[in-house]
Amino acid sequence: MNECESRILTAAELRPVAQDLVRQGNRFQMAYAVWEGHTVEARYLVALGSRRPFLLLKVRGEGVLPSLAREVPLLGWYEREMMDLAGLHFEEHPEPWPLIVHEGMSVRPPPLGPEGEGKGQLAGESGPPTLPEVRADQVQDLIWGPIRGDVLESGEHHYSYIGEGILHYQMRLFYKHRGLERRFQGLLPTQGVHLAERISGVGSVCHALAYCQAVEAALGLEVPPRAAMLRVILAELERLYNHFHYFGHLCKTTTLKVGEAFGTLLEERVKEVNARLTGSRFLRNCLTVGGLRRDLAGEDIGDIIRTIADEGIAYLERLNRTASHQDRLIGTGILPRQTAFDQGATGPVARASGLDRDMRRDHPYAAYELLHFTVPLYEQGDAQARTQVRMQSLRAALDLIAQAAASLKSGSICADIPARVDRGEGLGWTEGPRGSLYYAVHIRDGRLVRVKIKSPSFSNWRVFPFTVHGSNMMDFAINEASFGLTVAGCDR
Amino acid sequence: MPNWVWLGMKAGRAATDWPHHGPDGQEGNLGMPAFDSGHCPPGCAACVASCPTGAITADGSITIDYGRCIVCQRCLETCPEGALTPSDHWAFAVRERQDLVLAQSAAADEERALSSRIASSLKGSLHIRHVDAGSCNGCESELQALSNPFYNLHRLGIFFTPSPRFADLLLVTGPVTPAMRAPLIRTWEAMPEPRMVMAAGTCAVSGAPMDQGYAAGHGLEGILPVDVWLPGCPPNPAAFIHALLLLLERVPQKVHGGRYEP
Ligand code: SF4
Ligand code: SF4
Repeated sequence: MNECESRILTAAELRPVAQDLVRQGNRFQMAYAVWEGHTVEARYLVALGSRRPFLLLKVRGEGVLPSLAREVPLLGWYEREMMDLAGLHFEEHPEPWPLIVHEGMSVRPPPLGPEGEGKGQLAGESGPPTLPEVRADQVQDLIWGPIRGDVLESGEHHYSYIGEGILHYQMRLFYKHRGLERRFQGLLPTQGVHLAERISGVGSVCHALAYCQAVEAALGLEVPPRAAMLRVILAELERLYNHFHYFGHLCKTTTLKVGEAFGTLLEERVKEVNARLTGSRFLRNCLTVGGLRRDLAGEDIGDIIRTIADEGIAYLERLNRTASHQDRLIGTGILPRQTAFDQGATGPVARASGLDRDMRRDHPYAAYELLHFTVPLYEQGDAQARTQVRMQSLRAALDLIAQAAASLKSGSICADIPARVDRGEGLGWTEGPRGSLYYAVHIRDGRLVRVKIKSPSFSNWRVFPFTVHGSNMMDFAINEASFGLTVAGCDR
Repeated sequence: MPNWVWLGMKAGRAATDWPHHGPDGQEGNLGMPAFDSGHCPPGCAACVASCPTGAITADGSITIDYGRCIVCQRCLETCPEGALTPSDHWAFAVRERQDLVLAQSAAADEERALSSRIASSLKGSLHIRHVDAGSCNGCESELQALSNPFYNLHRLGIFFTPSPRFADLLLVTGPVTPAMRAPLIRTWEAMPEPRMVMAAGTCAVSGAPMDQGYAAGHGLEGILPVDVWLPGCPPNPAAFIHALLLLLERVPQKVHGGRYEP
C-alpha cells in the first residue's frame, strides 16, 4: 500500500505489538478485513506521526483474533464491524454485541466475508439494543428515535436519567446502513466516484477525493497541478458551507435566533456559489480518477467569496462577543485529552482536546503542500473549544480558497488513465470538515474487490457519549451541535 | 455585546417570493439532462453504458427513467451527437410515477385528468413529518435549507412538525434501508387521515443508486402510497417548494411523460 510500511504479524504477536505502539504515543486509524477466496487478512492502519509513512499491520489467514479493544478502545467498533460483516471473530471483546447488524436482524453469509459463498439480504426487524443495566433509585430510561424531531437524520438516542441528570447515554446508529462498501465491488476503479459522493452528501468532495486518491495511488497516476489546486478549492468550499451550517445550527440550540438566521443564510450563499462554479450545490460531478471531469473557472472564486468572507468573519466575531451564547458553551461536554486519544476523536473535536492532527498538514495531498495555513489547537476540550477550532478553520478555509485561486495556472486537468490495471491497492485520505477520512481500495482482475471507508463521524460518534455520561439534559442539544456529527457517513 | 435584534432588522428581508416572483436561487444549478431523440444516430446507445444507475435503456429506441437519474451528467458527456444536453430542469415533481419515464416510442401523452386528491382544508397550510429512511444527508441538507431566511418556507404556510399525529404529509428521503422500513411504516400508520406521502430524492423514488447489494432499498414503491414523486440528487430547495405546492395544487406540474415544459 502506498505511504505505508507493512508488517506481517501472527495473531499471537498482535497484542504486544499494539501495546508497544500505543505506549509510544502512536495512534490506530482504522482496521478492516479483506478476503481473497477463503483466506482473510486483517489490517490495522497506524499513524506514526506527521510526515511519516503509516504503519500497516497485517495478520493473514486467521479468522479468530485477539480483541485489542481493551488496550486500544477505539478499535472496539472496527472489531465489532468485522464480526458483523466480515465473518471474523475477536476473542474477549469487552462489548461483544452487534453494531451494524442490529439485534433482531441478520445477514448470512457475511456480506464482506469469504468470496463465493452466495449472497444474502439484511433481514429482520431491529429489536431492543443491548444496553448496560443502570441501577439506581428512580432511574428512568428514555428512547428517542430513530425518527426524531425536525429534519434530522435517523438514529436512536438512549438515556438513563434521573431528573435532569443523565447517568448513561448510548446512541444506536446504523439504521441507515446501505451496505455501500460492498456496493463498490465489481465496478471498474474509475466507476466508483458517484457512489463515494453519496456516502455522506455534505461530504461529497472529501469522500470522492479520498476515493480518487486511493485509486490514483493504486493505478500509479499523477494528478496534473491545475486539477490538484482546483481540488483544494472544492474541498475548502465544502468546509466553508459545512462550517456556516454548523454555526447556524449551534445558534439554534443556544436559542440565538438571529445568529441562526445569519449562519444558515451564509451557508446558502456558499451553496449558491458552488452551483455557479460547478453546476452542483454539493460540488458533485467534478472529481474523477486522475483529476477533474472538466475545467472550472476557479480564478475568480477568490473575488466571488470576498463579500461572504467579510460578512462571515464579522458574524463569527459577533458570536464571540455574545456572552449569553458563550455561557452555554463554556464547560459544556468536556472531552479530556486522554479520552479523545483512546476513543479515536478526530478533526475539530480532537483539536479542541489537545490532539494536534490535520491530514492536510501531516500527510499533504492535492496541492496543500503549496499553500500556507495554520492548524488551530485548543486544550479545554469543551463545546467552546470545539467551536473555536471550527471558527479558525473556517477563516483558514476562506484564506486557502483565495490563495489557491491566486496560484492557479492553466494546464491539463486530468491524467491519462491506463487501459487496465490487473492488481493493485491504494490508500487515500482527506481532512474533511469533520475530520480524517480514509479509503482503502483493492483491485483484482481490473475490478474493485474491496473498498473500506473510514468516515470522521464513525470516529466521533464513538467518542461523543463520553461527554454525555454524567451531564444534564439541558446541555445535550448544545453539546451534540458542538460535535457537528452526521450519520450517513458513519452508517454507510 | 452585539444587539442581535437590531442586526437582524438592519439586515432587512432576505426572503425570495419565488415562485410568484423573485429569484429561485438556482443560477448555474444543473437539472435532469434534456433529451432530443432527433439527434440520435441509428443504433447508437453510448449513453446507456455511461449511466451509473441504469436510468437509460435502449430497446430499439432510447428510454430514460428520470426516477432513476442522479443528475451526474455522465450521459451528456458521453453522447457524441448532443442529443443529451445540460439543463435547468430540476422542478421535476410529478403525481404519477409513470410521468418520469421518457419513452421515444410512446405516443405523445395527453394531459392526464387529475383526480383532485387534496382536501380543500389543506390548501392553505400544510404540516410535514419528515422521515430519513437511509439518505446520504444531501436531501436533509436541502430540506433544512427550506427554513433558511432566503427560502423561508413558513411564508407559504408550510411547516415541519415533530409528531406524525399532527402531520398531513409524510416526506420520505432515502432508499428505505432494511432497518428503517418498520419505523417508516409505523410513522405512516400514526398519521391521521387524509394523509399524503412524498418520495423525495432519487433514492426515495427508485432506490438508485442504493438499490443493489445486501442492504439495498428500492424507494417507496410497494411500501407506501405515494402522492408526489420528486427525483433529484438531491432536489434543490426550490424543487422542494415546487413539489410541495404541486401537492397542494397551487402550481402546475411541469413534467409529463418525461418531458419538461417550462
Ligand atoms: S445524468 Fe442521469 S441519466 Fe444521465 S448518466 Fe447520470 S444518472 Fe444516468
Ligand atoms: S437522492 Fe441523492 S442526495 Fe438524496 S439521499 Fe439519495 S443519494 Fe443523497
